Amino acid sequence: MSEKIEDLEIQLLLEALFQRYHYDFRHYARASIKRRLIQARDQLGFASISALQDRVLHDPAMLPRLLDYLTVQVSEMFRDPTYFRALREKVLPHLRTYPSLKVWIAGSSAGEELYSLAILFREEGLYDRTLFYATDINPEALRAAEAGAYPIDRIRKFTENHQKSGGRSSLSDYYTAAYGRAVFDKTLRDRVVFSDHSLVTDAVFAEMHLISCRNVMIYFDRALQDRAIGLFRDSLARKGFLGLGSKESLRFSAHATGFSDFVPEEKIYQRREL
Amino acid sequence: MSRRPIKAVAIGASAGAVQALQAILPRLPVGYPLPVVVVVHVPSDRSNVLLPLFQAKCRITVKEAEDKEPVVGGVIYFAPSDYHVLIEADGAFALSSDEAVNYSRPSIDVLFESAADAYGPGLVGVILTGANHDGAAGLKAIVDAGGMAIVENPVGAYASAMPEAAIEASSAATIMNLDAIASYLSSLGTA
Ligand SMILES: C[S@@+](CC[C@H](N)C(=O)[O-])C[C@H]1O[C@@H](n2cnc3c(N)ncnc32)[C@H](O)[C@@H]1O
Repeated sequence: MSEKIEDLEIQLLLEALFQRYHYDFRHYARASIKRRLIQARDQLGFASISALQDRVLHDPAMLPRLLDYLTVQVSEMFRDPTYFRALREKVLPHLRTYPSLKVWIAGSSAGEELYSLAILFREEGLYDRTLFYATDINPEALRAAEAGAYPIDRIRKFTENHQKSGGRSSLSDYYTAAYGRAVFDKTLRDRVVFSDHSLVTDAVFAEMHLISCRNVMIYFDRALQDRAIGLFRDSLARKGFLGLGSKESLRFSAHATGFSDFVPEEKIYQRREL
Repeated sequence: MSRRPIKAVAIGASAGAVQALQAILPRLPVGYPLPVVVVVHVPSDRSNVLLPLFQAKCRITVKEAEDKEPVVGGVIYFAPSDYHVLIEADGAFALSSDEAVNYSRPSIDVLFESAADAYGPGLVGVILTGANHDGAAGLKAIVDAGGMAIVENPVGAYASAMPEAAIEASSAATIMNLDAIASYLSSLGTA
C-alpha cells in the first residue's frame, strides 16, 4: 500500500516540476528516478516525497539541489577508451575531408567527455576547424564544464584511459595542477559553446558532423529515447556520425532504419539517406 | 513453503561467486519458466567473463541484460559490468550508470529493491557468498514487499560476510546450503 502512495507522490512531484519549472522528467525510466528521489528525500531531510514537492514548488533555491539528484553526474575522461580509439581510427579519417566541422556533446555533464573529444581532435589536427557544442540540462554541470577543473585524484584514471584510447601526447600537456585540482587548458574551450539544451523539450539548433551522447538515453523510457534519436537524426549532416554509450543502441528504436552501423561494437552509427 | 505464484528469481553474489553459481545455474532445467537475474561484482574494466563460462554450462539461455529489454522466463540474465540493472514496473530492464552503491556497480541492492517493487510477492531473492554487505538492504526490501528471501548458509560459504549481513537484515530469510538452493530453484514452477 505505502509503495503505491509513493508512486503517486512521485508522479505528482514530476508533474509539479514540469508545470512550475519546465523540467520534464515525466518519461524518464521510472525505477531509477524513484531510487534517486527516495535518496533526495532522505538526504535532504524530508519526511515524504510530498513534503519535498511542497518545498520545491515554493522555494526555487531548492531546485538546483533536487536537480543534482535527478540528473546523474557520473562521468570520466575517455570513459570506455575503445570508443575513443574507434572515433580516432575510424570516424576522424572521414571527418578530415570536411573544411569545417561541428560536434555536439549532448548530456555533457561536467565536461569530461567534451575535453576528451577536444584533446582527441587536437591530437589529430582537427581542433582548429571544429566548433563544439556542449549541452546539458543541469546548470551546475555546465558551469563545471566551463571551468574545466577536476580533483587531482581523478587524473590518474583519466591518464590511463587517454593512453588506452591511443593518445598521441601526454595528458599532462593539457592541464596545470594547483591546489588539489587539475585545470584544463583554456585553449581547449576556445571553440566550445556551452548551452542549456534538453533532449526532451528542445529542438534542433545546428547541423552536426558528429554527435556524442553517452549514458543519457538509458535514463529515458522508450518513447523519449525515440524523440532524442529523432532529434539526432534531424541534426546530423549527410553521412554524419552518432556515438552512444556502450550499453545503448538503436536496436529497439523507431528510428533504427535512419542509421547504419558504423562501428557496431562501440555503438557508433552513421546517418543513412532514406 | 507457501505456494504463491513466483514470477522471477534475483540472485546476488560476490567473492566466490563463480563456484557458488556453478552449483546452481547449470541445474536449472530445460523449459524453466522463470527469469533469473544475476548480479555478480566483477572488476569494472573487464568485459563479462562469466557469460561464456555459464553459456557453456547451462541448459537454458544465458545473456547480458540490455536496456529496455523485456524480462522473460527461461533466461538467465547477468548484469553488465559497470552498470546497475533495475527492473521497471512494466517488466523491462533499465540500466543505469549512477554512482556505485556499497562500492559496487552493478549493485545487488539496486537490482533487488527495484525487482521487489516490480514483482512484489512474486519474487525470490537469493544472497550467496561475498565479503561485503551489498544485498542486505535489497533482501529486506524483497521481504517487506511479500517476496521470498533465501541466503546461502554462511558456515559453508566461501566468504560469509555478505550472507551474514543479509540474515541480520532479514530475520525471515531461509538459510540453505548451495545444494538445497539449487533444488529449490529448480523445482519452482514445475510443481
Ligand atoms: C550519466 S551522465 C553522462 C555523462 C557523459 N555523457 C558520460 O557518458 O560520461 C548523464 C547526463 O545527462 C544529462 N541529462 C539528463 N537529462 C537530460 C536531457 N533531457 N537533456 C540533456 N541532458 C540531460 C544529465 O544532467 C547528466 O549530466
